[in-house]
Amino acid sequence: MKNITFSQATLEAMEEEMLRDERVFVMGEDIARQGGIFGQFRGLPDKFGRERVIDTPISETSIVGASVGAALAGMRPVADMHFADFIGVCMDEVFNQMAKAYYMFGAQKTVPLVLRAPDGLINQAAAQHSQSIEAWFAHIPGLKVVIPSNPADAKGLLKSAIRDENPVLYFEHKALFPLTGDVPEGDHLVEIGKARVEREGSDLTIVSWSLTLLNAAKAADRLASEGIKAEVIDLRSISPWDKETVLKSVAKTGRLCVAHEAVKQGGFGAEIVATVAEEALDCLDAPVVRVGAPFTPIPFARPLEQAYRVTSDTIYDAIRKIL
Amino acid sequence: MEQPNIIRMSARTPINEYGGELLRSFYETMLTIRRFEQTVEEHFLAGHIPGFIHLYIGEEAIATGVMANLGPADYIESTHRGHGHTIAKGADLNRMMAEIYGKKTGCCRGKGGSMHIADFSVGMLGANGVVGGGYNLAAGSALAQKMQGRKDVSAVFFGDGASNRGTFHEAANLASVWKLPLLFVCEMNEYASTTPYLTATSVADISRRAYGYDMPGIIVDGNDVFSVYEAAGKLVEYMRAGNGPAFLECKTYRVKGHFVGDPEKYRTREEVQKNIDERDPIEGFKKKVLEAKALTDEDLKAIEKKVEERIKAALRFAEESPEPDVSELMTGIYA
Repeated sequence: MKNITFSQATLEAMEEEMLRDERVFVMGEDIARQGGIFGQFRGLPDKFGRERVIDTPISETSIVGASVGAALAGMRPVADMHFADFIGVCMDEVFNQMAKAYYMFGAQKTVPLVLRAPDGLINQAAAQHSQSIEAWFAHIPGLKVVIPSNPADAKGLLKSAIRDENPVLYFEHKALFPLTGDVPEGDHLVEIGKARVEREGSDLTIVSWSLTLLNAAKAADRLASEGIKAEVIDLRSISPWDKETVLKSVAKTGRLCVAHEAVKQGGFGAEIVATVAEEALDCLDAPVVRVGAPFTPIPFARPLEQAYRVTSDTIYDAIRKIL
Repeated sequence: MEQPNIIRMSARTPINEYGGELLRSFYETMLTIRRFEQTVEEHFLAGHIPGFIHLYIGEEAIATGVMANLGPADYIESTHRGHGHTIAKGADLNRMMAEIYGKKTGCCRGKGGSMHIADFSVGMLGANGVVGGGYNLAAGSALAQKMQGRKDVSAVFFGDGASNRGTFHEAANLASVWKLPLLFVCEMNEYASTTPYLTATSVADISRRAYGYDMPGIIVDGNDVFSVYEAAGKLVEYMRAGNGPAFLECKTYRVKGHFVGDPEKYRTREEVQKNIDERDPIEGFKKKVLEAKALTDEDLKAIEKKVEERIKAALRFAEESPEPDVSELMTGIYA
């Protein structure tokens, strides 16, 4: 174990996988010379050269399209999107090319490709640099979607994503990059599709992920001080998602809260809640509650952005209503 | 070759110097494409083939001339009008026809159909249902070839309509900056779906856009297989030497509708007939080789017989193949 930041954990994953497999390379804007806008690629070009750590033009369509083509031709690209919001620029490459090449060509060739997408609210970056868009991709068969909340998972999920034969969207919350945590050294893999029970509890289940998981844990602390034992599940994979762990927990607790930073309407929480309604309605002792952002583009001004955020208080207040 | 430089050229090699084997392969490939497409059209109209069909009839010289310069380790990215490219790249006709029929034995197991046909075993990395969807994939396969230290190249085919997608510009810039071995093959067939070329495109010669990306280009009569072959040969040689991307503009004409069933209200019958009568690539080829006495009538007939047999066999294979079992719906989604 060593105590490193989320950003360093992703770097370690990149280094280990690039050492392990010479087909792995990474490209994106400002990653080689600058080291990535969050420092998450710093030092990588010195170890692997500019041929494998490649600065691209500001051409997201090319970055993703060429990654798909390179994967079809035997490479294992990791593409950095700079900001998750910019995936909108290259959506065709993501959902018509990357997601479908394996299926529509009759499984002739896999598309081992990781799209790294820094997402979430940070420093009042406003409407086009702050979004959480993981739910979009959960709606697309052929893609996998992972979204770690801590340095250990950041490393383990990135390594697993790079080794996966399928295209994986890797969402990394910008506010998590500087956070530290214990990370296993060496070959630490986290299975895609497996949730992590952050803490056990018997009174209600909170399902969350990414930065919001930290707020969910804080809300659970506050509930604990009041004698309420919340089970907190870090979903960490959005597609495929760990239905079994969630259903098992709900069967035990009888209450469910899902919390995420993305807007509530159409958020991935809706899928979880709908699944519980379909498969475990009789386990519920109270209505389910979803916590997500209000249905608005993300504002710039501080008080507006603050009001937009899903905080531990928002989660606590929502849960209080179902206890 | 100086760059950037866009030149017009016609074939210079006397036909007699081509050698019988190459000439026979030109004829066989072009005729196979023609007869394959005619067969597909007939069986689509008869209701035997589902989906959308876009025919390559009249443009056979381009796929044939370009692909004669490529080997199995070279990659191509194709379009919705992709049967010709796939055949010329060497795909198995039986499995192609079965795919177009939506059969289990198809090269994509009946999951792709005409617009998503692919045969990775011959370096055909896929047709694309999205116009202009292939450029960046081809840039990626070219990048892979370069990173893997290979001398192989990638080629992307596209029409004049697709040349107006932003994807072209990003891929062209990337290929140029990174000196990727990527051949842009523009099939200028006059119509973007139903829209006449000049009403939607800023330049008379699309290859002029290659100037902006500092790559050399050649404009040829796309209905003359000799010119396409020689021009593509020069550009492929340039790319194999590590000089970066190149642009080949082939002036052709789409004698069929955008899709089978297109009412074609945007042009006159006379315009189409004139192109069929005066510019047919296969008739033009026959005339030239017979005049030059490079091939004989008997040579051509022997090829025609062989092609008919292959087409018949492909059709029979497709018709007799089973459809995929519904259990295959949920297979091949994730590896």
